[in-house]
Amino acid sequence: MRIDVNAFIGQFPFRRIEGGTARGLRDSMQRVGIDQAWVSHLSSLYWRDPTEGNPELYEIAATDPALRPVPAVHPGLANWSEVLDRAVERQAPAVRVDPTFYGVDPAGAVMSALARGAASRGLPLMLAVRLEDGRQRHPNDGAAELAPWAVRSLIRADPGLRLIVTHADREFIEQVHWGATPAESARLLWDICWIWGPPEDHLEHLVRTVGADRFCFGTGMPVRIPENSVAKLDLLGIPAADRAKIEHENAIRQAAGSR
Amino acid sequence: MTLIDVHAHFYQAASGRADWAERNASRLEHGDRVGIDWHVASILGSWGRNSPTYFPSPADVTAGNDALLELMSLHRSRIKGYVCVNPNFTDHALGEIDRCLSRGMIGIKLAASRRADDPLLDPIGREAAARRVPILHHIWQHRRREWPGQEASDAVELAALASRHPAVPFILAHLGGGGDWLHSLHAVRGVPNVFIDLSGSGVDGGMLEGALAAVGPGRLLFGCDLTIDTGWAKLRYLERSISGEAIERVRWRNAASIFPAGAFGAD
Repeated sequence: MRIDVNAFIGQFPFRRIEGGTARGLRDSMQRVGIDQAWVSHLSSLYWRDPTEGNPELYEIAATDPALRPVPAVHPGLANWSEVLDRAVERQAPAVRVDPTFYGVDPAGAVMSALARGAASRGLPLMLAVRLEDGRQRHPNDGAAELAPWAVRSLIRADPGLRLIVTHADREFIEQVHWGATPAESARLLWDICWIWGPPEDHLEHLVRTVGADRFCFGTGMPVRIPENSVAKLDLLGIPAADRAKIEHENAIRQAAGSR
Repeated sequence: MTLIDVHAHFYQAASGRADWAERNASRLEHGDRVGIDWHVASILGSWGRNSPTYFPSPADVTAGNDALLELMSLHRSRIKGYVCVNPNFTDHALGEIDRCLSRGMIGIKLAASRRADDPLLDPIGREAAARRVPILHHIWQHRRREWPGQEASDAVELAALASRHPAVPFILAHLGGGGDWLHSLHAVRGVPNVFIDLSGSGVDGGMLEGALAAVGPGRLLFGCDLTIDTGWAKLRYLERSISGEAIERVRWRNAASIFPAGAFGAD
């Protein structure tokens, strides 16, 4: 089984990308052998109220069990608590928050409050470090990339909080992992989409040093082609048991948590 | 089916990386797993240890080329070389081109020591034409400003150089290597002697469709640069989109057509 925790529907505002529909996502999943996708709403990342994309996510998830909703929550909007309740009710595997996209301090008071709210409900928070290579971003695409210190701060905000961080590279992951206690690190899960494979072998290095328990399969499609994350796994010489952890077991465990 | 990586790198003992041999071994090992028959590679001087990677001293250029020649002799059936030069040292650059092509290298690597449209690159362009070898040029896709550590060029600047040397095949490096690749595709669409290598860590949705629309399969080249996983991913994606002769051209036929005849055996 292969679960992609990092997939999107919707449109990217800064360049044209094929797809963006639930049908297109299903076609891509079939092409590369992905059984289940945790789906975020790409367009709404850039909306003033990103939760306005959530109904569409719930709608597609209701008609296709292979697509699980990852609704957005904005900790600066007064509805954030209701958004979390709704996510629990709809059995969302995680809730996404992208503070730098929203203009919110990633380590500020509202994020800490959200962290406590998510932890109390057993809901993991998902955050993206970036969506595109910083060297190619549109001149008007000015949101800062998420910083390692912000993740360290967030994971310390509540001892029950679980995080899924996508689009992080080796240096970012190491700055968080080795800057956290083992108990804190155990609540973090990293998707592999931005980690380099051979010959630099960053993913192989991280699996060896940080451990296979800390990684999950994610693609970032359709902003990125999903073939890349599959290729990383296919080039990674690890035991089948570790591959299964990365492909689906860790994601399922992270979503289940205390719920 | 043959597969040629037109944008590979190796390291050497003087690179300043303790893991240089591991990285070289990993490239060969994983290249085998992907099915790469030929790594067409360069070594950029001392990779920053003794002089900057993109502004290598003549001594470092020579040492890097020597290291690559040694690797070529150790892996005769797998590694081919680009002679790396710094065009700010014209005599040295031309001497290295003569020395290294005579010893089996098959192309010239220009990185970011001098802007691509600078007249100082013309002697190298003329030498490439005379020796009938391609030039692989490091590119920052749509350079909107200066970047530290390099005098980077973008596709517009490469196109200017290519237009002055129409008999030379130029390879626009790593379309997925950072920067706005859409800008590059527009810039080289009408410049027939510029080929695009698909290497780089970028795996953007829409990039391959854009490249095919801009120049067709006849001017696309498989490559990996620093990440074999992304090169392989883009190839896998393309193999779902195009087939037959078109994918053969991307995998190896285009490369075989721009490098010296017989460079890859019976091509």
